[in-house]
Amino acid sequence: MKIALSTLAGAALALGLIAGPAKAEDQGIIVYNAQHESLAKEWAAGFTKETGIKVTLRNGGDSDFSNQIVAEGAASPADVFLTENSPAMALVEAAGLFAPVDADTLAQAPQEYQPSTGKWVGVAARSTVFAYNKVKLKEDQLPKSLLDLADPSWKGRWAASPSGPDFQAIVSALLELKGEAATADWLKAMKENFTAYKGNSTVMKAVNAGEIDGGVIYHYYYFGDQAKTGENSRNVALHYFKNQDPGAFVSISGGGVLASSKHPKEAQAFLKWVTGKGGQDVLKTGTSYEYAIGKDAQSNPKLVPLTDLQAPKVDPARLNSKKVIELMTQAGLL
Amino acid sequence: MLPREFAFRGSVLFGDRLVDDSRLRFDPPECHIAPLPPAGGGDPAACLMQSAIDMMPAMLPAAGMKKRRSASWITLAAALISLVALLPLAFIVWVAIQTGWDTVVALIFRPRVGELLVNTVLLVVVTVPIAIVLSVALAWLTERSDLPGNRWWSWLSVAPLAIPAFVHSYAWISFVPGLHGLWAGVLVSVIAYFPFLYLPIAAALRRLDPALEDAAAALGLGPWRVFARVVLPQLRLAICGGSLLVGLHLLAEYGLYVFIRFDTFTTAIVDQFQSTFNGPAANMLAAVLVVCCLFLLALEVMIRGEERYARVGSGAARKQQRARLGRATLFCLLLPAGVALLSLGVPFVTVGRWLLAGGTEVWRWDEIGLALGQTLFLAIAGAVLATLAAMPMAWISIRAPGPLQRLLESCNYIVGALPGVVIALALVTITVRVALPLYQTLFTILFGYALMFLPRALISLRASIAQAPVELERAASSLGRPPVKALWSTTIRLSAPGAAAGMAMVALGITNELTATQMLAPNGTRTLAMAFWSYSGEIDYASAAPYALIMVAMSLPMTWWLYIQSKRMAGR
Repeated sequence: MKIALSTLAGAALALGLIAGPAKAEDQGIIVYNAQHESLAKEWAAGFTKETGIKVTLRNGGDSDFSNQIVAEGAASPADVFLTENSPAMALVEAAGLFAPVDADTLAQAPQEYQPSTGKWVGVAARSTVFAYNKVKLKEDQLPKSLLDLADPSWKGRWAASPSGPDFQAIVSALLELKGEAATADWLKAMKENFTAYKGNSTVMKAVNAGEIDGGVIYHYYYFGDQAKTGENSRNVALHYFKNQDPGAFVSISGGGVLASSKHPKEAQAFLKWVTGKGGQDVLKTGTSYEYAIGKDAQSNPKLVPLTDLQAPKVDPARLNSKKVIELMTQAGLL
Repeated sequence: MLPREFAFRGSVLFGDRLVDDSRLRFDPPECHIAPLPPAGGGDPAACLMQSAIDMMPAMLPAAGMKKRRSASWITLAAALISLVALLPLAFIVWVAIQTGWDTVVALIFRPRVGELLVNTVLLVVVTVPIAIVLSVALAWLTERSDLPGNRWWSWLSVAPLAIPAFVHSYAWISFVPGLHGLWAGVLVSVIAYFPFLYLPIAAALRRLDPALEDAAAALGLGPWRVFARVVLPQLRLAICGGSLLVGLHLLAEYGLYVFIRFDTFTTAIVDQFQSTFNGPAANMLAAVLVVCCLFLLALEVMIRGEERYARVGSGAARKQQRARLGRATLFCLLLPAGVALLSLGVPFVTVGRWLLAGGTEVWRWDEIGLALGQTLFLAIAGAVLATLAAMPMAWISIRAPGPLQRLLESCNYIVGALPGVVIALALVTITVRVALPLYQTLFTILFGYALMFLPRALISLRASIAQAPVELERAASSLGRPPVKALWSTTIRLSAPGAAAGMAMVALGITNELTATQMLAPNGTRTLAMAFWSYSGEIDYASAAPYALIMVAMSLPMTWWLYIQSKRMAGR
């Protein structure tokens, strides 16, 4: 009986003890990944193949990870942080938790795709679009500006995913370009007019099914679906706002190395690989359809060239996610 | 508290035929021994088993007399565990105080919270009555009528439990893509959760003494009025208990309502978490949700009442006569067939369709194998921990019952009734602020599971401990074994079947858990539910299908066991 009792106690103890440390050893660098899981997996696999350094991904969203890293502070287990949008990077940068990015990594990306501070670097980009149902809307019925969607004539006719970081990034650009009062008013009108979905793919699926006329999402959902079966985008077309409109906002996905990283060398190497030829080629040839931003890198030829989008100039470091959440909570969107 | 009182009378009345009568006197749905019911565990079988314990104190009149010494340290352990279990509740109060009254008011009394409250209340108020009517009708048809194949229909009415709620929703959304809003929520919720009502109601119906109905009929009541005035009132406890389980699940569910775009408190808390990690807005929404849960618990205690339902008199009840449906048979068959079609047909056909569409490509075995392994590991480890934590509580509730024990036990039930997202939110914030070494560790997620699923383990264990004669413990003590060993070599070993059953229930809960797992999981964790969620979030429904199938396959044996158990409890 003695044996049995101690076995039980031992087993219980072992459960708690073994798994923890045993896991930590072979995890390599830990990446808090808010990018699409499939893209990050490709990056991680490519990097590991080339360098032999293992990468463990923890998947989540921009906003929860950025706030999480701030809450974790110096004790964060993360080595690298990858996002879909800039506001999350700005939040971590403001908390002083990023180590400077290596100079040769910064040199791989053009000035406009990195913050002036050099604390993080752009890894990819995506454009805001108005995805609409070709059957329900003719081209002359499309909104000229993102701001038009606040008009009562759009009541019940457009959709978005307000809980997602993508849409929140678009709002942060609006905030930066048009100021707080205009943004708050627009959000209030949005609450009246729009239909909430969870996730941009879901928005596009609804547009495709004709549940709704159009939706504010990013461009690559359409191309990704077209490359697969096209069953969720058959009736969808993309409208680019252009004209430096807030709705033409191009959001920069960022990558940064945490100052608290226990593997700074490996973490910097990962970031260098992602912004270098290997990582940027994944954007061109892979299934993500996000824009490549590296100096000599090319995006997938199916996309409207990045330079044709007439995006508004927004300093990514100035995007204020906290204020956006506050305004959206006030408007009853969250 | 009916069962306890009755058990006492029962043993006086038919002391010499105790075993035989106990079988008859089991009233499965009456699972309310503690001031509060075994809620969040959500386990009909556990509920059923509890009734076994309820009569036990009567059989053990000497319980707790001589065991004071060993009882004290076990009580201490139980008290400690209950206090730790209250951590999430204490945390929310603490956050509210920290946030400051003005901000709390601003965050709680705003239109969005009102919207969510309306949504959540409407969902509960509409879903629960529909589920009650449906379950009573199904239970009557399968238990009290000569419906052809009633055993089969009975099993088919329990089987939807094996399908996780979010898989039900996933099936419906791919079946009817535009489905959304309140009525969609009601439809899928009824389909996913009605077995929680069906199980206890069917078990209660099976056990009714037909003599009462005969008397009512002899006094001139027609069949419908007999049903309304004699049968239905006797189902009150079953309906109350089942409704509570359904209600708590409605409050806690996340995935189901995301698919059909219906915002409840739980979805809004996750939204806030995703936007701000652990901001005060999320915690205040959680506070409102906790109040809703407590309100449901209290409401159930009030409605349940304290009437007596058990039969008085000697002998056994006569066997029930099944009502002849006659020409209505075909028509009546439509109900169970329709329900089975909606609750089982739709999910199986959709998952099958996606599997066909996806072909062999979606069976990424390396990924699936890893997720399966991690899920099994978490499920088993969590089950062991929850069962170990439940042992002291289970032991004192049988061997040394009293006011303190009831208080401690109700703490566990309240916490078990809280949605996983609330518990996870509390644990994330506590570990990141004050217990950083525990942050994102296996320990914390297992701890979270233990809090959420402790009631499941507790109820199963109690039933088994109650059946282990206290005399064995005493004999072991008097033969010189120290208290722990005496316990180990007698009661603990004898309670192994209950422990195993409880562990299975906990493991089932963990397998299908999503929100808490996402928030608490150590780096690199990917369970079946997480993988399913991630694929379906990218509208890659085909890749999600294998995970849905595996989760259902893992849950089916447990559901079958539940079904068998409920039959056995009713003496069949």
